[in-house]
Amino acid sequence: MRPPAPARASRAGRPAVPDALALTWRQYRLERRMFWRNPSAAFFNFVLPLLFLAGAGAALSGNQHQLNRLVPMIAGMSVMSTTFTALAYNIVFLRERGVLKRIRGTPLPTISYFGGVAANAVTNTALQIAIVVLAGRAFFGIGWPRHWEALIVFVLVGVVCFAALGVAFAHLIPNFESTAAYVNAVFLPVVAISFYVFDSSSAPGFVRTIAEALPLKPLIDGLSGAMVAGAGLGSHLDALAVIALWGVFGLYFAVRGFSWEGRR
Amino acid sequence: MTETGPAIEVHDLHKRYGDYEAVRGIDIAVQRGEVFGLLGPNGAGKTTTVEILEGYRARTSGEVSVLGYDPAARSIDLRRRIGIVLQSGGIYSHITPREALRHWASFYPHPRDVEEVLALAGLQEKADVRSRKLSGGQLRRLDFALALVGDPELIFLDEPTTGFDPEARRAAWETVRSLRALGKTILLTTHYLEEAQALADRVAIVKDGRILAIGPPRELGVGETGRMGGLRYKVAYRDAHGELIERETSDPTTLLHELTGEALARGQRLEDLSVGRPTLEDVYLELTAASSAEGDADAPAGPREGEPRREASRA
Repeated sequence: MRPPAPARASRAGRPAVPDALALTWRQYRLERRMFWRNPSAAFFNFVLPLLFLAGAGAALSGNQHQLNRLVPMIAGMSVMSTTFTALAYNIVFLRERGVLKRIRGTPLPTISYFGGVAANAVTNTALQIAIVVLAGRAFFGIGWPRHWEALIVFVLVGVVCFAALGVAFAHLIPNFESTAAYVNAVFLPVVAISFYVFDSSSAPGFVRTIAEALPLKPLIDGLSGAMVAGAGLGSHLDALAVIALWGVFGLYFAVRGFSWEGRR
Repeated sequence: MTETGPAIEVHDLHKRYGDYEAVRGIDIAVQRGEVFGLLGPNGAGKTTTVEILEGYRARTSGEVSVLGYDPAARSIDLRRRIGIVLQSGGIYSHITPREALRHWASFYPHPRDVEEVLALAGLQEKADVRSRKLSGGQLRRLDFALALVGDPELIFLDEPTTGFDPEARRAAWETVRSLRALGKTILLTTHYLEEAQALADRVAIVKDGRILAIGPPRELGVGETGRMGGLRYKVAYRDAHGELIERETSDPTTLLHELTGEALARGQRLEDLSVGRPTLEDVYLELTAASSAEGDADAPAGPREGEPRREASRA
């Protein structure tokens, strides 16, 4: 083996090498462009949760107590669908189609690639939360969030946690055809148990324990505090800790088991 | 050293997957500006070898140098100087060839002009069509374009024309020749003999993770493995019973003298007479058959010199 050669670094007049930050931005722009061109992605990310919000909101119309619970639930679900679900789908698709492998063979820095992908997910989540907040203010009598800083912190920590879990979960999905089955087998039960425990004070103790240990229910608690109840960060530190722990777990497995190519 | 040594040097490369050894001691040196072909049946270890050189796989043992770098270190500096056409690499469905090429060009310090690369790949007319609407052949040309847009010195082509129709294959060959004319180094894998013969300056015939023979395609019939002295010739003709006979010899003058003498004595014409050099296909079939027959034996043996080989009569 030879030491890495200085190569052509000394070549005169060489323009600045594209730097990682500029490439992150380019990757982000490409991801945004592709997102808007893919109608099914746009639908599942934006329209579905909003239809859910509109339908349930109409059914609960006039019951402010219920609406106060509904809006943070939808906000929490939106965080999960724009990160966990969207990334698991994307990673598996790109992996099985050989796009990740092709990217791996280029000089695009890994950090720039994932930076662009993550920024794209954050943008989708932010747009979605903004829509839910506006809808809450305009139609559901929630008003503006009471604690913006708590809202931002919970959304950010939630995004990191669920995005990492989505990438980690993609490792378990063997092929693109089974992605929907795998993702929904996690997404739907987690949403169901978290909504149920958040909404019902009479949930059995063990069900409550499970929901509290999963990241979505604590996220909804935090969002509810920030958006409706006026509880700041301080009153939901335990919830934040649960989400952060899941985030660390997710990041570890997202990085550790990452596969750039499909199994043949 | 980096700028003057061979583009690729591989010494005693081994790759093991569990109990299975896909690569069992490969040695090659690819010179700068050379088109080097790895030829072999599926499962011979060609792709494994190339993917080690590309930095996708870690080797089990052996020494590997690509443009002076160890590819396992995955240096960005190395990846700026190589272009890779994978056997099956996908591309984003929702962007066009022009957008993809612009994006890819931004990864490299000295990219080629995007329009020029579109033209080179014959994709001008499809430049603004979303890639999910491109045909298989057009996507393959986009693979070429994406590998070339960074203006690499060294290009890996893994089965670049598999599934092509003859016309598309000719076009791809022209692209490879034009790259060679630009002084690029190319490592090509293929299981098409005519492709190796048409493109490669030198060919290594690979089977079961080993190199059976290595040399320029025209000389590979030359007893490269050391079992024969001079050039080998293949003489074909119909015998007295109208049966097509093929014989190999290092002394065609004597053989032809005998054959024509016998034919004249019989008062017959020597039908379907031809004298040629063994094609790469002959060598390939001979070597791969010999290596299967002998299992793990290292020295493959071909048919004996002068031994007639009978083929089905066309009469």
